[in-house]
Amino acid sequence: MSVTIDDVKYIAKLSMLKFEEEELTSFTQEFNKILEYMDQLNELDLTDVAPLYHPIETGKGQLRKDEVKDSLPIEKTFLNAPAESEQHFSVPKVIKEK
Amino acid sequence: MIELLPTEKYEPVIGLEVHAQLKTNTKIFCSCSTGYPAPPNSNVCPVCLGHPGVLPVLNESAVEFAIKLGIALNSRVNLRSIFARKNYFYPDLPKGYQISQFSLPVVGEGELEITLEDGTKKKIGVTRAHLEEDAGKSIHDRGDSTLVDLNRSGVPLLEIVSHPDIRSGAEAASYLRTLRQILLYLDICDGNMEEGSLRCDANISVRLRGETRFGTKTEVKNMNSFKNVEKAINFEIARQIDLLEEGREVVQQTLLWNADKGTASPMRSKEDSHDYRYFPDPDLPPLEISNEWFEKIKSEMPELPARKVERYTNEFGLPPYDAGVLTQQPETSRYFEEAAGFTSARKELSNLIMTEVLKVANEKKISLAEFAIEPKRLAKLVDLITSGVISGKIAKDVFAIMLSDESEPEEIVKREGLSQISDSDELEKIITSILNDNPAQVAEYLAGKEKILGFFVGQVMKQTKGKANPATVNSLLLSLLKRSSG
Ligand SMILES: [Zn+2]
Repeated sequence: MSVTIDDVKYIAKLSMLKFEEEELTSFTQEFNKILEYMDQLNELDLTDVAPLYHPIETGKGQLRKDEVKDSLPIEKTFLNAPAESEQHFSVPKVIKEK
Repeated sequence: MIELLPTEKYEPVIGLEVHAQLKTNTKIFCSCSTGYPAPPNSNVCPVCLGHPGVLPVLNESAVEFAIKLGIALNSRVNLRSIFARKNYFYPDLPKGYQISQFSLPVVGEGELEITLEDGTKKKIGVTRAHLEEDAGKSIHDRGDSTLVDLNRSGVPLLEIVSHPDIRSGAEAASYLRTLRQILLYLDICDGNMEEGSLRCDANISVRLRGETRFGTKTEVKNMNSFKNVEKAINFEIARQIDLLEEGREVVQQTLLWNADKGTASPMRSKEDSHDYRYFPDPDLPPLEISNEWFEKIKSEMPELPARKVERYTNEFGLPPYDAGVLTQQPETSRYFEEAAGFTSARKELSNLIMTEVLKVANEKKISLAEFAIEPKRLAKLVDLITSGVISGKIAKDVFAIMLSDESEPEEIVKREGLSQISDSDELEKIITSILNDNPAQVAEYLAGKEKILGFFVGQVMKQTKGKANPATVNSLLLSLLKRSSG
């Protein structure tokens, strides 16, 4: 399995990232190196091996009781926000069909 | 060769994706309240705001609710399921991904039986139901900005996906109604479509009858009532058939239903690629459900509407129509069943609930849980009818008084002098005088116009203020009229 420079451009676009042409070229090489490394798995017989979804397969996921705890006080809510208006997070207008 | 109408030539193929907001106290991955309404951004914390470095911890109740739905739909419940990240950019999704389930959902293959308009049953396959988090809400009409409220961010959702087994807008509405009813009986979702706690998207395509491959499908969104689901789907079916009949092609796209205009138009979206790059969420280990927990939930399942309808018709001898009305809402069946514990006259009870109780509750927009006449008092009223103390007509007057009077119905009947006159001697006197006063009508009756009997019954009821026992009046009238012919 390998990727082309167009695949890398597509992934960059989906991730909202912009790169120079030479960066794209080097990413393509690096991606392919990683994929080649992963290809080693194909040399193994994995017929009876269940897919590993998470590195911690042993312990069960912790469940939380459905009990309300305090949310953030409003004066702290927007501390990391670039802009705030009418107690809302304010972002550049998103074009959307009404 | 017979020319088929275009609507007969094509077969619509519809699958529904339903999002049910779960009625938990807290969000799915943090302890913020799901309370609604609330001031904007008052129920938020670093987890549901998507701050870096925070960790999601799964809400036990959300899992329990998903298991309940799985059992209700006869689904395979996966005792091990996986959370995945669905990646896309939108301001109301603060992390840049939604935590959802992809390859291994908590609820697998199941089915839902619906009743079609002609009364026949049809099974609709349910592909899966998975847990995920809701996004926030955006306001777009504020000048150059979009404003975001993240109170809804992280509210638990169950996405329930049907097989493409649905064939019309009416079937889709029936599926949705049945599913909503189950969610209400399980008490896991409030089912309010207008407020968006139950949302529905439809995948629609058409194909020539007999064709086994699917046609190109479109997705219709934004249908926020049963009526709109039916209308929007029928609109889109007709649009696709028109295109194909004109020799054009259906373009795969997402359409937004506009209820005011009654049309669906393409959604203009910059990123409509649907390339969500799902991958297992490293923050959440696999969800393991113990057999013990599963069995405990199974043993605590409430009786569901389909089983109730069966029981009401078989055990109580009610007509299917009555059983349907009485099980429509959980609170109606709860009210009926409690009252049925106090009287054996189930049909009379059902009549009174359907005609009087539900009418008043709907008019006043009140829940039956807080209805002025408690089930036990209603049952006593029913017994007064069946034992002949009052007529069904007088019962309605007593019912009206009971709405604002906490007395027992017997007391009201006594106090207001509403007891039925079953005394034959007294009624015979009244009837004889009415027959004497109306010789023309008597003659008409004797000449064969039997319908005029109703006139005499009316006269008797008028004179007795509705208190005469109708059965006694009828038999007395017949025998007295017979006597006057002789
Ligand atoms: Zn939170």
